[in-house]
Amino acid sequence: MRNVFLFIRRYAVFILFLILQGISLYSLFTSNRFHNTYYGMISGEIAGDINRRVNNVEEYFTLRKENQRLREQNAFLLSQIPSGQVLADTAVKSVTDTAYVDSVKQNLQYQYLSAKIISNSVFLQQNYLTLHRGTDQGVVLNMAVMGTDGIIGTVVGVSKNMSLVMSLLHKQSKVIAVLKKGSGLGEITWDGKDPRYLVLRKIPKTVVAKIGDEVVSSPYSDKFPPGSSIGRIEEVRQDSETNTYILKVRTAVDFSNVQHAFIVKNLLGDEMEEIKNKQIKE
Amino acid sequence: MSILLKNIIRISIILFFQVFIVTKIPPLHQFIVPYFYFVLILWLPFKITRINLLLMAFLIGTLMDWFFKTPGLHAAASLLMAYLRPYLVNLLLPKEATEWGNEEPSTKTMGSVPYSIYIVVLTLFHHSYLIFLEWLQFGSFLYFIGKLLATGIVSLLMILIVDLFFNRKSKSR
Repeated sequence: MRNVFLFIRRYAVFILFLILQGISLYSLFTSNRFHNTYYGMISGEIAGDINRRVNNVEEYFTLRKENQRLREQNAFLLSQIPSGQVLADTAVKSVTDTAYVDSVKQNLQYQYLSAKIISNSVFLQQNYLTLHRGTDQGVVLNMAVMGTDGIIGTVVGVSKNMSLVMSLLHKQSKVIAVLKKGSGLGEITWDGKDPRYLVLRKIPKTVVAKIGDEVVSSPYSDKFPPGSSIGRIEEVRQDSETNTYILKVRTAVDFSNVQHAFIVKNLLGDEMEEIKNKQIKE
Repeated sequence: MSILLKNIIRISIILFFQVFIVTKIPPLHQFIVPYFYFVLILWLPFKITRINLLLMAFLIGTLMDWFFKTPGLHAAASLLMAYLRPYLVNLLLPKEATEWGNEEPSTKTMGSVPYSIYIVVLTLFHHSYLIFLEWLQFGSFLYFIGKLLATGIVSLLMILIVDLFFNRKSKSR
């Protein structure tokens, strides 16, 4: 017994080193987007508070660009208002149905919650954003996050007032996407190299893919509103091993420069989930 | 100024610069992500016990991880560096130097050549382990070597600047 204590005393430093190293490596290799909920809560509340204060200053630097983007979006939204549109066919009587806009929320599938981005990164291998919205404001896990230009990512961690978003620039991020022109289901991932480009795989060669084609979210997605922009094709490569393309996609969102985002709530999401589970059980 | 207060102030300033200024600047290239926060561990006084050194390294590494949202990555690399530090100090300095009081490693206390070796070797250890762990999850071998070289050189430059900026006044030997 004495020898054991002597051993421990002699190698105390080494043992401590091994223990701490073990803790770090364990948390590194077991962390993925699902475990991150817990981690997001600690770092969300502590680091989030400091991040928010710094961001208050930082926001001034991108004010001009942000303004420009909001103005463009405003113009686009104004053109969507029914009263601003002329009916093509005057023979058909049209009644503007106020219920359609939303009084009982039956026709509305997606609700948008505006949120400020308080921390952001693009140069790491696993990039996350922190938003200043949390469970208190109705954010839950797995909600989609969009910028004014297109898809940003998915909520992977929520605390009371903050939420952690896994951006598209994350090695574990996977979003189902289609080409706006040719359809064909594919998968958007990131190769970790350049934050301006994503990789789109699994689009079959039967579909014609051209440089400049728009890539949008799939109509079968249960998170992202169908047809939300992801980016444009920048380079077309044929995969020699399979019957698919490897497409280089330039992101629609300028990730290094986003300040505001919308958290998207799918009002029919629960119902979709329910019917899926029901089907599986039976 | 007491040594504890000095270190607390230094830690807050350097972490602030690392997190909110250096890593917010758009990177020149995907390989270049300079880190210099670990000079905090290199600058702890000679007389600190090895256990405290390890605990400090774990604390600083974990703080970095909270901001970068990489659980355990920086903590692991800092720990390795803190573990190796005493061996290197013993190699580079005559025995009695480790019995100094609150002296910190710097060009004045160690001499410029041993100090440079000390910084370069430990930076290399820190970066290789950090980038190795990143590589295990991601990327190719070329990525590992390229990032190690590019980031290592830029980090060393940053450390030189930080060293000049803080201009630590220690008694010469």
